[in-house]
Amino acid sequence: MSVQLDPQGQLRHLISTEGLPRELLTRILDTAESFSGVLGKSVKKVPLLRGRTIVNLFFEPSTRTRTTFELAAQRLSADVLNIDVATSSTSKGENLLDMLRNLEAMQCDAFVVRHADSGAAEFIARNVAPGVSVINAGDGRHAHPTQALLDAFTIRRHKGPLEPLTIAIVGDILHSRVARSQIHALLGLGAGEVRVIAPRTLLPRAIEHLGVQVYEDMDAGLEGADVVMMLRLQHERMQGALLPSEGEFFSRYGLTEQRLEGSHPEAIVMHPGPVNRGVELDPRVADGPRSVILRQVTNGIAVRMAVMSIVLGGQGEAPTEPLEEVAN
Amino acid sequence: MSRIHIRGGHVVDPACGLNEPRDVYVGDGRILAIGEAPASFVADETLAAEGQIVAPGLVDGAARLREPGASRKGGIVPEARAAATGGITTLVYPPDTRPVMDTPSVVELVHSRCQAAGAARVQPLGALTRELEGAYLAEMAALRDAGCVAVSDGGHPVADTLILRRAIDYAATFALPVMLTPEDPTLAEGGRVHEGETATRLGLPGQPSATETAAVGRILALVEESGTPVHLGRLSTARAAEMVAAAQRAQLPVTADVAIHQLFLTEHDCDAYNTEALVRPPLRTAADRDGLRRAVAEGTISAICSDHQPHDPDAKACPFADSETGLSGVDTFLALALRLVDEGLLSLPEAIHRVSLGPARALGLSAGTLRPGSAADVAIIDPRAAWRVTPESLRSRGRNTPFIGWDLAGRATATLVGGRVAHPGNEAESSRRQS
Repeated sequence: MSVQLDPQGQLRHLISTEGLPRELLTRILDTAESFSGVLGKSVKKVPLLRGRTIVNLFFEPSTRTRTTFELAAQRLSADVLNIDVATSSTSKGENLLDMLRNLEAMQCDAFVVRHADSGAAEFIARNVAPGVSVINAGDGRHAHPTQALLDAFTIRRHKGPLEPLTIAIVGDILHSRVARSQIHALLGLGAGEVRVIAPRTLLPRAIEHLGVQVYEDMDAGLEGADVVMMLRLQHERMQGALLPSEGEFFSRYGLTEQRLEGSHPEAIVMHPGPVNRGVELDPRVADGPRSVILRQVTNGIAVRMAVMSIVLGGQGEAPTEPLEEVAN
Repeated sequence: MSRIHIRGGHVVDPACGLNEPRDVYVGDGRILAIGEAPASFVADETLAAEGQIVAPGLVDGAARLREPGASRKGGIVPEARAAATGGITTLVYPPDTRPVMDTPSVVELVHSRCQAAGAARVQPLGALTRELEGAYLAEMAALRDAGCVAVSDGGHPVADTLILRRAIDYAATFALPVMLTPEDPTLAEGGRVHEGETATRLGLPGQPSATETAAVGRILALVEESGTPVHLGRLSTARAAEMVAAAQRAQLPVTADVAIHQLFLTEHDCDAYNTEALVRPPLRTAADRDGLRRAVAEGTISAICSDHQPHDPDAKACPFADSETGLSGVDTFLALALRLVDEGLLSLPEAIHRVSLGPARALGLSAGTLRPGSAADVAIIDPRAAWRVTPESLRSRGRNTPFIGWDLAGRATATLVGGRVAHPGNEAESSRRQS
C-alpha cells in the first residue's frame, strides 16, 4: 500500500496495517507508550499539533471511535472539526471528490475518515491535496488500522514482545475490518502464530494467504493461545443464512470460562467493543480477570495520538512533561 | 460505388483457408475477387497494402454504445467511428439500452444512427424478455423483422428457469440465435470481484466461480433437452470453459465467447482498488485466465469480443463500491488479439477467426469473410505499428481502460465497410491512398 508512505518511507497516511514496515509499526507503539505517560498527568495536553486542524469525516455513524479520535486530537492541542455526513447525502449521485475539494478549501491538515465502503479511505488519500493526511477510522470490511494498533499495543503491554505469542481471532472474520487489520499488524510485528476461528460461512476465501492458521473448531483453535481476540457479531448475520441463531453461535463460538481453560493459563481476552454479552462473550469472561477490554479503550487514545503526531510530522518522542499550560 | 484494388497485402481469410499474399478487388460494396482481377476491372482507387495484413473486418460480439440512454458515456456515431479506426466493421449491440431494445422503435433508432455514422455496422440484439425483467417474452418476431440479428438477456440473467426455457424455445421458433449471460443472480450476491485472495485482502464481497458454473449448468441442461442453440456470452472461469467443451463433444449446439481482457488480466489487477479493472464477469485467477486461453486455442471458445463499455470519468473516480463496471475496449481490441499471436497462443489465421468469423457464425451473421460475393468489410492491418495505450490514444469517448501504459503492436491502416473506406477519414485519406 504505497499510498501510505512518502518517497522517504515516512508515514503520510494511515490507511491499512498491510505492508507497513516493522520498524514503523514499532515506532507507532513506542510513541504511544510515551503519550500514555502524558495521559496519566493532571494536565493531559501537549502542544505538538497546536494550530493544526483535524477533520473527523464520518460517513458512517460511530460515536465511540469518533470520540477517541477527537480526544486524541485535543490532547495534541489540534483544532477538531466533526463532520457527520448523513447517509442520504452520500447516495450515489453525490460526488465525493467535490466534497473533498470543498473541505480542503478550509485548509485542514488531516482527515480522519470512516466510510461504509471498502477502499473509501484509500480513494480519499489518493485524491487529497499534497500536505493533507488521511487516517482511516474504518472502511467497509477492509481495514481499521488504529484499532489493530491499539490491540497490538495492549498485547505488548500485557504480554511483552509478540514473537513467542499465539494469538487467536474469533468470530465474524468475513465482515471484519478489525480482523484484517489485526492480522497484518500482528504478523508485521512478528507475532509467532495468528489463528482465525469461525464457522465456514464467516470465513473469507483464501484467508490463509494472509498468513494465518484457520480453525473451524473453537476448542482446537484456542489450545495454547496467549491472546484471545473476540470480534463483534452483527445481529443481521442471521439474515442471508450465514448463521442459524445467536444462541447456536454462542454455543459453538462464544467465549466462556470453560472454553478459556483450553488456552494458556495467563491468556488475555480482548474485544474491540461494544460487546454483545451472551453472543460472543460470556459476561463472566468480559468482566473477569483475564479481560483487558477497558484497557484497550484507554490505550486507544494514546495510539491515536501517536498516529496523528507521526503523520502530521510531529514525529519525535512526546515530551515527558507538558511543555506549557495550553489554553483551549 | 467505387471500385477498390487492395494491392500487395497478405490475405488472411479463415473461411476460405487463405493465408498468403493476394490482391483483393472490391466493387459494388462486395468482394469481387481475390488474386486475379475480374475481367474489365478498373480501379477507382488503389490501397497499397504491402507488408500489411488484409483480413475480414473484425466482428465485435459485445459492445455497449450508450445510445439511447447514456449519451454522456458514448454514442452510436462516436463509438462506431472509433471501432472502424480499430479495424472493427461490425458491432453487436446488447439490448440493455434505456429504453431497452424490446420494441422495433428502439431498434430503428439504432439503425438510423448507425447509418449516420458511416462507420462500423451496428447489429442490435433484441431483448429476450420485456424490459429484460425476465417475466414476459419480448416480441421477438417483431424484433427480428426490425433487424435484430439475435436476442439476448443483455446482462440481466433470467432468474426463473421455466421462463428461460420458454424464452429460448420461442426464439428458436424464429431462428433467432440466443446470447445468454452465464451468471447465477443469487450466487453473485453483490460480489463484483472474484471471491479469492484479492477480495479477501481488500475486504470486498466476492463472487464465487460457482456463480458462472451453476448458470452454465442450468443453461446446458435446457439445451440438452430442447436442442435449442445457445451462445454463452463472456466466460470468466476455466471450469465453465471445460463444461462447454464437454457439451460440444456431446454435440450440443452451444458456442461461447470471452472478453479479450480476460485473456490478459487477473483478479490482482483490482489490487489497490483499481476501478479500471472492475469488469463483469470479474477478473479471476491466473489458472482461470490460462484455462480460458486454452479454450480459445482449442476452439471451444470460438469468439473473442471487446466487451466495450465506455464510461464518463465520474463513473470510475469514486470508491470501488460506487464504481460502474466495464472497460472501453474497441481501441485495444485488434492489438490485443494480435498480441495473442505474438505470445504464441494462436496462429494469425486463428486469431483473425476468433475476432471475425467465429463471432459472426455464433450469431448467425454473414460477416467475417472475404469470400467473393460477400459484403466488402475489410481491415488492412499493420501488425508492427507500435503504440502505447494512453488516454489520448483512444478514439472512443470512454477513456476507461486498465491497459493504459501497455505497449501494443498493430493498427488498422484502413477499414472498409460495405466497400466504402470508413477509416481513415477524409483528412488522412489523401496521404494514405494512391491512385
